[in-house]
Amino acid sequence: MRIEKHPILTFETKEELSFIFDGKPLIGYKGDTIQSALHACGIKKLSESIEHHRPRGFYCAIGNCASCDMTVNGKPNVRTCITMLEEGMIVESQKGKGIL
Amino acid sequence: MLDKTGIASAEQVLTRFPKKDLLAKAKAIIECYQDIPCNPCQTSCPFNAIYIGDDINQQPKLLVEKCTGCGICVTSCPGLAIMLAKTEREKAVFKIPYEFLPAPKVGENWHAINRSGEIIGEALIEMVQSIPRQDKTLLVTVSTKIEHLYDFITIRSQAHE
Amino acid sequence: MIEKDLIIIGGGPAGLCAAKTAMEANAKVLIIERSQKLGGQLVKQTHKFFGSEKTYAKTRGFDIAKRLIDDVTNYSNLLEIMTDATVVALYPNHELTVYQYGVYSKYKAKAIIVATGASEKFLAFENNDLPGIYGAGAVQTLMNLYGVLPGQSIVMVGSGNIGLIVSYQLMQAGVNVKALVEAAPKIGGYLVHASKLRRLGVPILTSTTIKKAIGNETLEQVEIVSLNEKWELISGTEKLIDVDALCISVGLSPLHQLLSMAKVEMKFVNELGGMVPVITEEHETSTKNLFVCGDVVGIEEASSAMVEGYLVGLTAAKRLGFLHPNYDQIKQNYHDQLTNLRSGPFGLKTRIGLAKLQGEDYAR
Repeated sequence: MRIEKHPILTFETKEELSFIFDGKPLIGYKGDTIQSALHACGIKKLSESIEHHRPRGFYCAIGNCASCDMTVNGKPNVRTCITMLEEGMIVESQKGKGIL
Repeated sequence: MLDKTGIASAEQVLTRFPKKDLLAKAKAIIECYQDIPCNPCQTSCPFNAIYIGDDINQQPKLLVEKCTGCGICVTSCPGLAIMLAKTEREKAVFKIPYEFLPAPKVGENWHAINRSGEIIGEALIEMVQSIPRQDKTLLVTVSTKIEHLYDFITIRSQAHE
Repeated sequence: MIEKDLIIIGGGPAGLCAAKTAMEANAKVLIIERSQKLGGQLVKQTHKFFGSEKTYAKTRGFDIAKRLIDDVTNYSNLLEIMTDATVVALYPNHELTVYQYGVYSKYKAKAIIVATGASEKFLAFENNDLPGIYGAGAVQTLMNLYGVLPGQSIVMVGSGNIGLIVSYQLMQAGVNVKALVEAAPKIGGYLVHASKLRRLGVPILTSTTIKKAIGNETLEQVEIVSLNEKWELISGTEKLIDVDALCISVGLSPLHQLLSMAKVEMKFVNELGGMVPVITEEHETSTKNLFVCGDVVGIEEASSAMVEGYLVGLTAAKRLGFLHPNYDQIKQNYHDQLTNLRSGPFGLKTRIGLAKLQGEDYAR
């Protein structure tokens, strides 16, 4: 779901980055946040709510709401909407409260 | 009910058109119906044909005699609320701002659209101008049947049908 | 403890403009910005801005950001910038804690300008936590910064300027905006924005709101419903719309948290967007040499944020003993610009809000 052509903006082709989401290998690009890379791959459900296991996605995309929290490279509660994607990142839906 | 629907009434639109005999030369039709703090139309016009004044909330007024139909205001208005209109015998010729893809190409036939977003007829693309000053807003010259003079506002591609 | 003369918290339009006038007066400035880049919300704005030439009217938002950044980076000997740096604490004694790259540092400044802007409000309705429901800023970030489509089709909630503008930007990106719903009986933002949407065939439904969102793991449909004059749901008017995205654009609220923490006098003023600091005419809070500018003072437009920034930069620099060479003249000029920006019908809410903040009974 990437925008190829836009009437006002130009999106340059960037370097591909490989990463893993819940065990699945995916491709993103340099300059993506983890969340934008997942969204471009069609992944909208990022984790589940702690008590009732309701599906969770991002909301504000700017680091204010924490709806997009996931576990990245073993570290929990990472705001994926403001964290840049890096080659080889291991991204997991967070199960319950993370342990720091 | 412009403030409920976003669609100007026929009466409102007519207030922005000069008399028909003056439209033998292209004139700016400025459809800014609300007091908002904004004045690039005034400051962009090289002929001082648009007046707002010191209080930039005032709605712009066109000084018809001074308007040469250059079209600079059309791509300067941040609200895309200005177009040029001209009559040419059985045709109405407009210059409109356009910021979408696919970009229109000269010679193509597009839908002519009214202010409610409805198709009212056909529009022939006569010219497409994109110069740096316009900052990616295309200035598109289209012609329609003269009967669409007061209804036409924009074009829509026939491609996605 | 690192000591500085003037620290500006927030590198958006208000903060950048404050830095500019302060440095014109020869004051040294440190801008602390939590994002990777300066420019605030301007960087995602693809539309041409309103206002006057002085506030860059007819220039696209992301180009305004570039200009404001160029304006300050000219003063390289006076300017320090920290990005990816979040001010996590602000204390009543002009001390603050910055968190950057995993490290906490303490700073103390003689004067501080808080220009933290605002965040998006949310809306209560059934299943409003489904993935696929996003704030307007989020949609812009995704589309305009990362080049990713938020969805194939969308319903927009809110007819303020942001809702209207983002709907247009969605259409430009190729997303089908199936409807814009507005709970009030009238369109809230500029009618020229609304007219652009109607030309595109986007229905604007006033007196309408979202009743619930429907979907299994992600959004699949929304149910809209009409409201009567008392803003009550009219049973039987429910309609379903198939969409994979819903955009909530129901207003902004000042990001006041650092000010509240610093125990600055605060007041809840609805017209300004929520909790705001009580300020003097010079935008000084109840704490001496702690100033504020931009949306954190009250929700307005980028043009007001810029002019407020210019004004506060002047004042803060003067307080530190740096008098701008044209102090009186440009201060008056900026005041006049701000008054003019707020003098029309769209400035009414702000004028009422500011009057309430000062404690006046404002009779309409």
